[in-house]
Amino acid sequence: MSFPWANEYKPQAPFMQWMDERLPLPRLVYNAIGAGYPVPRNINYWWNFGILAGICLVLQLVTGIVLAMHYAANAGVAFDSVEHIMRDVNWGWLMRYAHANGASAFFVVIYIHIFRGLYFGSYKAPREMVWLLGVVIFLLMMATAFMGYVLPWGQMSFWGAKVITGLFSAIPLVGEPLQQWLLGGFSPDNATLNRFFSLHYLLPFVIAGVVILHIWALHIPGSSNPTGVEVKSESDTLPFYPYFVAKDGWAMGLFLFLFCAVLFFAPNMLGHPDNYIEANPMSTPTHIVPEWYFWPFYAMLRAFTYDFLFIPAKLLGVLAMFGSILVWFFLPWLDKSPVRSGGYRPLFRKFFWYGLIPTMALLFWCGGAPAEEPYLMISQIATFYYFAHFLIILPIVSAIERPDPLPYSITEAVLGEDENAQLGPAA
Amino acid sequence: MTEQAVTDTPEPEAGDGVRRRDFINIAAVSAAGVGAVSTLVPLISQMSASADVLAASSTEIDISAIKEGQSIKAVFRKQPVFVRNLTAKEIEEANAIPADSLRDPQSLADRTKEGKENWLITMGVCTHLGCVPLGAAEGENKGEFGGYFCPCHGSHYDTAARIRKGPAPTNLEVPEYEFLSDTVVKIG
Amino acid sequence: MARILSILVGLFFTVALLWSFGNGAILVATEGLGEETAEHAFHQHPKDLKLASDGAFGKFDRQQLQRGFQVYKEVCAACHSLRLVAFRDLAALGYNEAEVKAIAAGYQVPGVDPNTGEQTTRPGLPTDYFPKPFANDVAARAANNNAIPPDLSLIAKARHNGAAYTYSLLTGYQDQPAELVEKFPDSKTGEGLYYNPYFPNLNLAMAPPLVSDGQVTYGDGTEPTVDQMSKDVAAFLVWTAEPKLEKRKQTGWPVLGFLLFATVLGYLSYRNIWADKKKKKS
Repeated sequence: MSFPWANEYKPQAPFMQWMDERLPLPRLVYNAIGAGYPVPRNINYWWNFGILAGICLVLQLVTGIVLAMHYAANAGVAFDSVEHIMRDVNWGWLMRYAHANGASAFFVVIYIHIFRGLYFGSYKAPREMVWLLGVVIFLLMMATAFMGYVLPWGQMSFWGAKVITGLFSAIPLVGEPLQQWLLGGFSPDNATLNRFFSLHYLLPFVIAGVVILHIWALHIPGSSNPTGVEVKSESDTLPFYPYFVAKDGWAMGLFLFLFCAVLFFAPNMLGHPDNYIEANPMSTPTHIVPEWYFWPFYAMLRAFTYDFLFIPAKLLGVLAMFGSILVWFFLPWLDKSPVRSGGYRPLFRKFFWYGLIPTMALLFWCGGAPAEEPYLMISQIATFYYFAHFLIILPIVSAIERPDPLPYSITEAVLGEDENAQLGPAA
Repeated sequence: MTEQAVTDTPEPEAGDGVRRRDFINIAAVSAAGVGAVSTLVPLISQMSASADVLAASSTEIDISAIKEGQSIKAVFRKQPVFVRNLTAKEIEEANAIPADSLRDPQSLADRTKEGKENWLITMGVCTHLGCVPLGAAEGENKGEFGGYFCPCHGSHYDTAARIRKGPAPTNLEVPEYEFLSDTVVKIG
Repeated sequence: MARILSILVGLFFTVALLWSFGNGAILVATEGLGEETAEHAFHQHPKDLKLASDGAFGKFDRQQLQRGFQVYKEVCAACHSLRLVAFRDLAALGYNEAEVKAIAAGYQVPGVDPNTGEQTTRPGLPTDYFPKPFANDVAARAANNNAIPPDLSLIAKARHNGAAYTYSLLTGYQDQPAELVEKFPDSKTGEGLYYNPYFPNLNLAMAPPLVSDGQVTYGDGTEPTVDQMSKDVAAFLVWTAEPKLEKRKQTGWPVLGFLLFATVLGYLSYRNIWADKKKKKS
């Protein structure tokens, strides 16, 4: 499971020895995030985002459990109970703002984490399972975040629930009954709110479970690194403790600093004013948008405006929206290049920086904009590139590209570069 | 949890340098600890009573309609409070017992306001395990001592609501209250 | 095989998109980007409004909040509810307990007759919330030209740039510009509506609520101009929307200070631990 030179757990205290023979939990921790886990010494700051995502999950779990002590999942009182939290509960405003902004922080971190994986080829063998589990986590996160946004029962909550469950009505034959089943009625109401609350409380624990599998799968081959060259010898690695604990520790401090700056001084920056209006089934807000982290997918949903080959535009949009994430499941088999890191793949790198990243930026922008021209045409171009990138360009690039020469080892990569930008201040 | 001592921390170099370095590491870990502990403050205090609950913790009762020998159940902090207009006989009964001989020694005068000895105001919460004793409403069992009787575990209270028999450890609690006028009592 | 399949799926999506794009482009080419509407052309962004509660060090100006409360009470409350605010909350505006009690007692809130059990009203207590001016939505609609006056508790957060919006709306009533009617004859302000360029669709059902200077009489000697009253009530509504605003900002600084300190320590510790790995590169 690990490299031969990994430090072995040797408990000193008699109690720890006694414990180790009966329940080797300290050993597990030691080998997972302690001195017993050798990590490539050259991983850069983009590799901090995995731990940061874990921090976000804990933050959301803790604040969420606290909020659930005061929240009432009933369509009649849900909105007021949230305001009760904001006004009367001790530190309730802090818990609520931390949870709402924590969701945004979680997505910021997770997007960086995903695109780090995309650039450095972290999805490639032997880490396919790590990647697949990661995509599962992302899907669970999206479901959880969506249902969580419904809970305050504001206008955006209500209409978000209505529109997103409306996606399912696009499915031929079973669509309408399926939507009704999801909502427990014809329109979002008490039944919807209650089940969303139940699932919103459940799914984070499922996420935590999948995260454990994700980390477990990661520890089989060990962490990847910016060169994409596999670890060869002990000099390629440093033990997680103390080196990466220290590195993650201070990065966590910086992250919390930025997070708290938003939390205390601009807590509504990422929210929508309409969600401070109680849900009203009789009146739709002029401009329905989901939370910012769904914008790229919302843009893809809306990009299909005309029926094609007898497939209704609505269904196409839904297929594209789900397909845009499902395609990530196939990524390890679409990009067959033996070289992992984008740093040694000149053609891939061009498509990544000049194709995929601007495309994502455009999709973010269009997803938050009203459904009118020119945003529609821009999102059509961006969605076009998105699918082309993963389904057409990557398979072809990986077949024709001539990668740059790789360093012999991580150690060579580190020693060969004096002003090593990737290693940051430690280099 | 992990055996931190055996891991390869940086090689010690020489005297002062090592101390300064260790100091920084210790300071950083301590700061993280302080941060973690401070985070617990809001997490714990959110569970204590919220502002709306605390605001509702005083109540005003109009006692003008309670005739001698009658009592009412009012609500204070979502719990019953008994307001009883004692008869002369009940006052006499209560004063007949030397307070020292009781489980929770208190005289009727200790439990009422001066000049208003006939107004016995107590929480309607048995001091045993919190049931509501009987005896405040017309026709209810007042127990062996003519005061209140808790049916849950058989505690008997006398006409000054003092525990006389049964498992309850103390007399029915007298909440903080004051007479705003002859007819209005503010509890809490 | 996987590649061929993938390219086929990719072609399906991309061609479907080209189809949408092409059709859309033809539409735009023939009809342009849609007609300009009166809202597009004449809607104005809120005027600048500076309040004491703005900014990272912002604090409420309690005198102003009290004046704003007075404006709400004497003008807005006739139609607009404030249902999330309790009288006890007013203590935060600097009123003492007796004053809060007196304010509460000045309102009639729904109650139950203790003898008959009938629905009635009783004087408010500090624990009561501001009563609603209308019994229900139907009554509110009927009394207000078919438009329900929104609850004001959260209005400052429920509109973009809420405080400035409120202030601008209150001071922004004017006659409909002649060029608007000329350009968009269909957008003439309708019967029972009032033109206001700060309102999203330019015409609102609320008659100008603050029409003359001195409409309320301030106790603290501030000149009650329409502009001043609008500012004051906007400030008051910032408070009703977020009574914990001040505490939030006051908590934020020590938290950020501590985190900065801890992060710097963490960074030094990190440099420290990595120091020899940096030098020896072994």
